[in-house]
Amino acid sequence: MTRIIGSSAVIAALAIASYGMIAAVVGVKRREAALVRSARAAAYTCFGLMTVANLAMIYGLVTHDFSIDYVAQVGSRATPVFFTVISLWSALEGSILFWGWVLALYAALAMWITKSSLGSLGAYANAVLLFVSAFFYILLVGPANPFGLVSPVPLDGPGPNPLLQNHILMAVHPPLLYLGYVGMTVPFAFGLGALLSGRLDDTWLRVTRTWTVAAWSFLTLAIVAGMWWSYEVLGWGGYWAWDPVENASFLPWLTATAFMHSAMVQERRGLLRVWNMSLIIATFLLTILGTFLTRSGVISSVHAFGEGPIGTYFLAFMAVTLVFSMVMLLGRSTELRSEGHLDSMASRETVFLGNNLLFTAFTFTVLLGTLFPILAEAARGVKVSVGAPFFNMMTIPLCVALIFLVGVGPMLPWRVANMEELRRKLRIPGGAAVLTLAVALTLGMRDFWGLLAFTAGAFALLGNVQEFVLGTMARRRAGGGSIPRALWGLMNSNPRRYGGYTAHIGLVLMAIGITASSAFRMEREATVRLGEMVELGGYTVRFEELWAEDQPHRFVVGSRFAVLINGRERGEMNPRLNYYRARGSEPITTPSVRTRAHNDLYLTLLAFESDGSSATVTVIVEPLVVWIWIGSLIIAMGAFFSIWPRRRRPSPVRRTRNELQEAGVA
Amino acid sequence: MTGRMARVLAVIAAVLAPAFGPAAAHAEAGIQARGRVVEETLIDRQTREISSQLRCVVCQGLSLQDSPSQLAQEMRAIVREKLEEGMTPAEVKAYFLDRYGEWVLLAPEPKGFNLLVYVMPVLMLVGGAGFVFFKARSWTKPQDVPETADV
Amino acid sequence: MNWKRSAVGVGISVPILALLAFGMTKNPNVIPSPLPGRPAPEFALPVMDEPDTVRLADLRGNVVVLNFWASWCLECRHEHSDLSMAARLFEPQGVRFYGVLYNDTPTNGRTWIREMGGQYYPSLVDEGSRTAVSYGLYGVPETFIIDQNGTVVHKQIGPITLSRLSALIQPLLDEPPAPAVPVGGDEAAGTGVTDDAMEAVAGDAAEVTS
Repeated sequence: MTRIIGSSAVIAALAIASYGMIAAVVGVKRREAALVRSARAAAYTCFGLMTVANLAMIYGLVTHDFSIDYVAQVGSRATPVFFTVISLWSALEGSILFWGWVLALYAALAMWITKSSLGSLGAYANAVLLFVSAFFYILLVGPANPFGLVSPVPLDGPGPNPLLQNHILMAVHPPLLYLGYVGMTVPFAFGLGALLSGRLDDTWLRVTRTWTVAAWSFLTLAIVAGMWWSYEVLGWGGYWAWDPVENASFLPWLTATAFMHSAMVQERRGLLRVWNMSLIIATFLLTILGTFLTRSGVISSVHAFGEGPIGTYFLAFMAVTLVFSMVMLLGRSTELRSEGHLDSMASRETVFLGNNLLFTAFTFTVLLGTLFPILAEAARGVKVSVGAPFFNMMTIPLCVALIFLVGVGPMLPWRVANMEELRRKLRIPGGAAVLTLAVALTLGMRDFWGLLAFTAGAFALLGNVQEFVLGTMARRRAGGGSIPRALWGLMNSNPRRYGGYTAHIGLVLMAIGITASSAFRMEREATVRLGEMVELGGYTVRFEELWAEDQPHRFVVGSRFAVLINGRERGEMNPRLNYYRARGSEPITTPSVRTRAHNDLYLTLLAFESDGSSATVTVIVEPLVVWIWIGSLIIAMGAFFSIWPRRRRPSPVRRTRNELQEAGVA
Repeated sequence: MTGRMARVLAVIAAVLAPAFGPAAAHAEAGIQARGRVVEETLIDRQTREISSQLRCVVCQGLSLQDSPSQLAQEMRAIVREKLEEGMTPAEVKAYFLDRYGEWVLLAPEPKGFNLLVYVMPVLMLVGGAGFVFFKARSWTKPQDVPETADV
Repeated sequence: MNWKRSAVGVGISVPILALLAFGMTKNPNVIPSPLPGRPAPEFALPVMDEPDTVRLADLRGNVVVLNFWASWCLECRHEHSDLSMAARLFEPQGVRFYGVLYNDTPTNGRTWIREMGGQYYPSLVDEGSRTAVSYGLYGVPETFIIDQNGTVVHKQIGPITLSRLSALIQPLLDEPPAPAVPVGGDEAAGTGVTDDAMEAVAGDAAEVTS
């Protein structure tokens, strides 16, 4: 029954999305408002149907209805309810089903908020959203059907992948990633809607600003949650391996970040209109490319979901969207051409141009590196690897330059910079940069890019903090009350600006965390007997005990290490090795992490003598790791602050809608 | 202004010092031998350097150094053995290259076709910079006249 | 709409899509080995449950089939009977089959062989995976075919079948490759082949001269 409800809902959604897509286009062409309205209703209906389909699947999972293909694949009576519910996205079919729901949610919301205010632009955007939705519904009906019938019905299932059920972050990372990935469809749809309708002014950009920032924030959090998960779970003390699928989530983040900045240049100065359209198209296509890479088996990766015909579907979909958007973009490029101009090379606009240049180079480097193994195989027939050493070497200079710009941007006003003011604003961040460099050199740091990164980081951090300090002081002088009150008033006076600066501060903290934890990472691998010690970075760890425990689904070998600082015991750590019965002899490690504000102590048990007399461990000390996680939360806070709906000031969206209602379309 | 600046800088220094501290201490760690502490040797360091440039062959994209898998541990042990036998780090890398092919190197050797992956991003950045610069100049220049006329 | 520019858009899209389509035809998990055509890395490994040691150098003149396996490897089960059958067929013609236990304990290996109903040929124990790494192994099962001169002829990644084995072995028996000319140490050094392989050649030369 559950199975039939679910699969009927998906089939109905496919039919209705296809109808809505055609109705929207025909409605605009024939100027029939009723058709366009019905297309909007189709978007709402799809959302309803996908909600039903997802609830049916969750119900099937929770009730262990093993007649449903997907439940038989990932369910198990032994799995706790919580992990059973989140196994909705633990394998291919379920993740596509969930994707379909998120997309339907976004499409329905976008149509509900804009209603008929955007006329033909909105109708075309709806058609694009429904087209993308229809593609995912086709997957759900065809190659990724989660509601297939299993016969005979098994009594129990294998349960989700053990690696994915051992950490709470697996409940957070995938939904955030989908919210981010799928969210990029909305600005893309409105951008393409603008191209299709010929309404090439800035409307699409202003309407979708909130969506872009929200999707971007989710994507940021998703990437960092993934980093955190791999840090806490995989046992190598790192959080980023430049794995192809990590890159795939990072690529749209890069182009979306560039887009958020360059969109401001268009809003303010009317420049970069072709460029912004290209960026949003690229962002969307990169999300699809990322999904293609994860699900087609083109590139082997930690996250690969397995191979199957679904890769061909994604390739076909990419072909259609890529060719269609390229044709529309280039075909309209003459009409899109910029109207605006720049007042001065020393202005925020120019900083944003630099930002976009660096982000584009960054995207290109990561994309090239990720696809280069395929390229090399096509050209030379030889398999090569492009991994961390390559990406670190190529992208660290770009990162440093970007961080520097994060500091410069807020100092320069729009239009023309006042040199006197610039000099004044440069003083503190510049001083901090010089001092940081001096401190780092005195402390014996000789790593060139590490030094530059810290210097740029100090500069950018102070450059952005300074804006808050100066603004708050000015507000207090003008009678703004206490410091927190003045600060809050300042931030609310221009949420976009101060939300952005907050995000900058978070980003710089992340960058400092990443630089410190990689440049000053200390690592030792040692085999110790009971009572022996390993010293590293001010910590001493003493091997105390080895124990083993037989559990129903796995065999656990654990160790106990005492942590000593300056000869005093300060706690203990218990890295473990888990031997899952289903996975043969290769153990899954559970590292032990001791997190402090200034550094993390990280222990991984690698091997042991079976009589418990000795153990091989990796001891890692990484400075400032925790600031990466904290920084990402600050970024998200800043970004959400900037788009939080406010009653007092009319939002750009509403203003646009009013303007357009006056213009009166549909 | 200068007083405040000094205070701000002091705070920065205080925040950063603990992060740098252990690194400095680490440099001396090799000299102090306290009790039964297992010390790091040159071979340890070379093993680590080589291992982080080689791919763990049973993992996906992780280096030999980073992988906790059993084969990676054994391969690290082989790296160490070869170094102890007197092979240079370059010879050890060549040994693995010889057995596993180019695939085992985490960064492709910068020669021949592989040069593309190193050179193209740089060309793209330089070309892009030139393009942006001329574009920006053209945006600042010609419309100066009507703008000032408007004002 | 400017259709001429649109055509440029199509022109840009096609190579990207072609590259991805090409990628789909390739299996990222199959990495070609540089070993075929080169001297097989030398080894001396103890036979499981027997006091003997097998040295590759002692097997010159025989075709050698080296199959890396483990008890935890699922695909090894699929090829097991084909390998035993091939061993039974080709052993009389001087082909030597050896299993090499990879990343596993002899106890597990013994149990596995019993479960599978025996193994026709001996298995060797590779403590610390030294031999596996010298053969550039990255998973099991992998099978190497080595000709009468000690040159690797083929590396099979994944399970092998009887027909594949016959197709690879029979030509070597029908037309044995010309015996390798003993090479002097100097010349060998010039070939750029390193350590193990070089030792193999040197060992060979020593035998011939003695």
